[in-house]
Amino acid sequence: MNQDLRREREAASFNPELLTHVLDGSPENTRRRREIENLILNDPDFQHEDLNFLSRSQRYEVAVKKSASMVKKMREFGIADPEEIVWFKKIHLVNFVEPVSLNYSMFIPTLLNQGTTAQQDKWLLSCKGLEIIGTYAQTEMGHGTHLRGLETTATYDPETQEFILNSPTVTSIKWWPGGLGKTSNHAIVLAQLITKGKCYGLHAFIVPIREIGTHKPLPGITVGDIGPKFGYDEMDNGYLKMDNYHIPRENMLMKYAQVKPDGTYVKPVSNKLTYGTMVFVRSFLVGEAARSLSKACTIAIRYSAVRHQSELKPGEPEPQILDFQTQQYKLFPLLATAYAFQFVGAYMKETYHRINEDIGQGDLSELPELHALAAGMKAFTSWTTNAAIEACRMACGGHGYSHCSGLPNIYVNFTPTCTFEGENTVMMLQTARFLMKSYDQVHSGKLMCGMVSYLNDLPSQRIQPQQVAVWPTVVDIDSPDSLTEAYKLRAARLVEIAAKNLQNEVIHRESKEVAWNLTSIDLVRASEAHCHYVVVKLFSEKLLKIQDKSIHTVLKNLCLLYCLYGVSQKAGDFLQGGIMTESQITQVNQRIKELLTVIRPDAVALVDAFDFQDVTLGSVLGRYDGNVYENLFEWAKKSPLNKAEVHESYHKYLKPLQSKL
Amino acid sequence: MGSPVHRVSLGDTWSRQVHPDIECERNLQSFNVERLTNILDGGAENTALRRKVESIIHSDPKCSLKDNYFMTQNECYEAAVQRKFHIQTIAKCLGWSENSPELFYAYRAVSGEVALNIHSLFLKALRSLGSEEQIAKWAPLCNNFQIITTYAQTELGHGTYLQGLETEATYDAATQEFVVHSPTMTATKWWPGDLGQSATHALVQAQLICSGARQGMHAFIVPIRSLEDHTPLPGITVGDIGPKMGFDYTDHGFLRLDHVRIPRDNMLSRFAQVLPDGTYLKPGKLQINYLSMVITRVNLLWGEVTPILQKACVIAIRYSVIRRQSCLRPSDPEAKVLDHQTQQQKLFPQLATAYAFHFLTSNLLEFFHSSYDAILNRDFSLLPELHALSSGLKAMASDLCSWGTELCHKACGGHGYSKLSGLPSLVARVTAACTYEGDNTVLYLQMARFLEKNYLQAQASQDSTSQRSLPQSVAYLTAPDLARCPAQKAADFLHPQLYTTAWAHVAARLIKDSVHHLQTLMQSGADRYEAWNQTTVMHVQAAKAHCHYISVKNFTETLDKLENEPAIQQVLKRLCDLYALHGILTNSGEFLHDGFLSGAQVDAVRTAYLDLLPLIRKDAILLTDAFDFTDQSLNSALGCYDGNVYERLFEWAQRSPTNTQGNPAYEKYLRPLLQSSRAKL
Repeated sequence: MNQDLRREREAASFNPELLTHVLDGSPENTRRRREIENLILNDPDFQHEDLNFLSRSQRYEVAVKKSASMVKKMREFGIADPEEIVWFKKIHLVNFVEPVSLNYSMFIPTLLNQGTTAQQDKWLLSCKGLEIIGTYAQTEMGHGTHLRGLETTATYDPETQEFILNSPTVTSIKWWPGGLGKTSNHAIVLAQLITKGKCYGLHAFIVPIREIGTHKPLPGITVGDIGPKFGYDEMDNGYLKMDNYHIPRENMLMKYAQVKPDGTYVKPVSNKLTYGTMVFVRSFLVGEAARSLSKACTIAIRYSAVRHQSELKPGEPEPQILDFQTQQYKLFPLLATAYAFQFVGAYMKETYHRINEDIGQGDLSELPELHALAAGMKAFTSWTTNAAIEACRMACGGHGYSHCSGLPNIYVNFTPTCTFEGENTVMMLQTARFLMKSYDQVHSGKLMCGMVSYLNDLPSQRIQPQQVAVWPTVVDIDSPDSLTEAYKLRAARLVEIAAKNLQNEVIHRESKEVAWNLTSIDLVRASEAHCHYVVVKLFSEKLLKIQDKSIHTVLKNLCLLYCLYGVSQKAGDFLQGGIMTESQITQVNQRIKELLTVIRPDAVALVDAFDFQDVTLGSVLGRYDGNVYENLFEWAKKSPLNKAEVHESYHKYLKPLQSKL
Repeated sequence: MGSPVHRVSLGDTWSRQVHPDIECERNLQSFNVERLTNILDGGAENTALRRKVESIIHSDPKCSLKDNYFMTQNECYEAAVQRKFHIQTIAKCLGWSENSPELFYAYRAVSGEVALNIHSLFLKALRSLGSEEQIAKWAPLCNNFQIITTYAQTELGHGTYLQGLETEATYDAATQEFVVHSPTMTATKWWPGDLGQSATHALVQAQLICSGARQGMHAFIVPIRSLEDHTPLPGITVGDIGPKMGFDYTDHGFLRLDHVRIPRDNMLSRFAQVLPDGTYLKPGKLQINYLSMVITRVNLLWGEVTPILQKACVIAIRYSVIRRQSCLRPSDPEAKVLDHQTQQQKLFPQLATAYAFHFLTSNLLEFFHSSYDAILNRDFSLLPELHALSSGLKAMASDLCSWGTELCHKACGGHGYSKLSGLPSLVARVTAACTYEGDNTVLYLQMARFLEKNYLQAQASQDSTSQRSLPQSVAYLTAPDLARCPAQKAADFLHPQLYTTAWAHVAARLIKDSVHHLQTLMQSGADRYEAWNQTTVMHVQAAKAHCHYISVKNFTETLDKLENEPAIQQVLKRLCDLYALHGILTNSGEFLHDGFLSGAQVDAVRTAYLDLLPLIRKDAILLTDAFDFTDQSLNSALGCYDGNVYERLFEWAQRSPTNTQGNPAYEKYLRPLLQSSRAKL
């Protein structure tokens, strides 16, 4: 092992194993996770090619191969628990991208949620056994997040008892669904249902797209791959165009809405339940943000402990770059953020499961808040993580830019999270809608509970409405609880400002929608402040549950750093709201630098605690043993450009260039 | 007004008609777009010349970029070599010389995606560091491509910190040769462009050792590949460093030297030389090594970093008038996404930044040219300021352009993630500029040292009667400063004088705070180096604020020069206002910190800022048209001039190899999987 990393690990103030247990939820979880990981790593069938040297078509092929072997292995190993399937896939797929994933994550769940018992009986067995490989086709070329704008039509013909599917315009072509380009033979298609001459909005239809046996597109179907993307090389995101394509009436998922054989439309009782899948996916994405950021931090911090550069004092050996204040200032707040998001991710998952049980018992009361929270947190954590991965990459200097660092891959595979499953700005505005509603309810005398209960204490409720800027300034910058209060005040203030500006615009504009648009910057700001408060609150509360003293100390320092760094970045909000004074902000900036020094000796142990295998990190710079440079050289030699000593373009162009001129 | 024909994709069926949603944006012209293009080009004659070159380049299918997104790294590199070859052939035919505007425009037309980009960097380094005899010997060989050159500085273990480089050049007086050697694994040269497969010669930066003494970094011309068959020469290990986030078309390479001998004359000796007996002579300053880096950084901002943000803005803004999403009024059709306030807030500050940096880098280039000749004649008085400006502004521009390009990418939703949008390549390319040619943090700190020095000098000169004037860019450090901003209402913040002063105030305060904090630490016993490290976060913030001030000031001065173009002046002033105010709002804490702005004033800034958005909205498309990028150089399905986004996206996707080359994965893995499960059923 590299001497620097050895020293770092020996000097740590805590045992990273204990922290790993905290992150996994329990020692038992850690044990089982490792057991599954080792099953794969010790499996001779598991060969991990370096995808960086392959073309896109080759990467797709490798992914399909892995998917195929994975299906067999999971049966073989008896892995059936959803949590364990996720662990299994993560380690197996490395990038966690697989062409058949939508079969499991979207096709089957949608069938279960929206299909009748008869439909489930008919389809479920074949898609679980992969006779049918399904995908989920919602997004179109011209429309994504705004569902009502989708243009694909499904027109019912009572004579043949069939639906006729059409993509009437270029913009209506289904675009982006994963696994659609090459892999799937069926798709659940979202289309505008038209029966008896009337449009009833979006409904889901099971559409066969490729012939079983030959895998050729069926007549009336145009299907293919949408071409290269920033990342997700392994995934065949596809397009689908349908021309007068007929499917039987029974292919419409009819658990809720129905079309009778004569074409009569029967309305669903409630459509709130369709929220369920979206909320689940978004909650899951918060955990993915934490995971991606933790990986990036692991790579950047280990490499910064190995890399020596420049001089702090003339004549002395070059220091580890992790000893530079600027490097600590770049990385440690991100490390703190990674921990914060880990705890938020766990909270979102627990909350989802808890509320899901309530829903099972018919209690929908908490669903709106969870829906709003999941939307906002997905946006907040993915925006932050997106920028933070880039910051980690840049902190690794030039080598961070090489695929050997693993960081470009983490980044390109993470960045679409900002736009898929609900574009982030739209998500923030959904949260804002909930906040504005809650604000109005408080005004009409109702008490709010949950994360927005702070709106009950708005000073405008007690004093005069204009005095938004007057807050008590009693913030203790060494107490996470006190800082949570400060973030709460900031959120309350920005929510109130947005609400007032919205009211003001409503008075002056012809429509509510126009007023909403003209306030949307304020609304996004309010949602961000709300989400920031929630993160701070959850991190602080997590500290209370930590028993071990050494772990508690190190997590408390990270929590403080997370809180104070945010204050420093958003100092304007805290100053303008009178939440903190100018001299307090100076103290905050000073305290941040002290915390950097305090965290420095534990930095490597803190990333070790994330417990990523080298294979999962996929990074030469982030190797556990720290032997960076030798392996970098070995890695580069495998580059496709080095296959021939003299590249053929020399003979074709360079030599003629030399002689011709 | 010039005909728009040159902007449209040649031979593209979709470009015959313009999408009505973008056409209507061009109907009401509040200013003359062509005139603004001329201003950006530095004169109507330049615009004409540029278009002439573009039409020549675009009519040659071998120079086309259209299949780039579907290529492997190998294919990309080969295509880039081919493009270079064809452009050179054209240049030879038409008599375009090295450094001619024609060649600059030719490279712009192909988005700089050619091989041998470092070849010209070598020439620049040769001209600034080489003696007249050396220039006379090597420059013609380069110009005629008899040799292909690269510039090898960065090593596996060291980048920005030059003194840390380990490659050695030891003078052997007996043979009058230098022995160039990589003593460790980390001394391997790593990252130089064109080194992996193309170059025959490298300008190697190495520690000079003569007569047993180490004399620091010097530049040596080292032959690395045979001019006969291109194989590596004895003692040379060379190859490609492998796949990267972007720059597939460049063969970044590694180079290990095992006691390679080169003649004494191969050390560049304008500013330092080794006599035959091993005596070391150094008439120049040590900093002179920085000169070639200064040139590189200035050119980088002008030719690479700023145009990338401009292109990203063109693509994102054009797409945002075609894309429709949600209704703003219940009765209306879905609105263009550019009519959403949140979209304007994302894109317009980037557009303003793109204009700000255009004028900033163009003036920096001018300053550079005016001081360059003096420096070559050994007048170094302007070098510190030039060095500081090129460092700090490189850092700020690459930071903000990366941020902005990334934002444009995300603002295009899912389609921005497709390579066919052109945005992923732009993001991958611009972001590299944050770490190459000097890591940005290190560069900010170089600027900070310059600021510290000048701040202390300003203090000293205020105390004494001797008034030595400060370099122009820091003159504000001695100017009288207001403690409070005098603005009374939102409209007051639309005065360039007012916001420039505000930025000067914040920059001066942060410089003062960081210097004082440094001194306090030293007075309390810390040594200078420890104290410096403990204040670097503050110094970086001060340097950023100073750079921001410089860019705001430069933008307002550019406006002053446009008095004869009132319509253009007005539209650019809005961008200038937006640029300055957006900066204030993002950093409002710094302005509130010492009470320079009150909370009410920050609210007024926000009001002024929000009111600018709808004004800029009206001109947004015209402002992107004015950059006058051809469709071919944008190479974006989303950003074409005619707005036929979706048709093009669909058509381009068909060309993907995943669609044209069948599906071997089905035969190999999917079919058996499907059949095995069927057998079980």
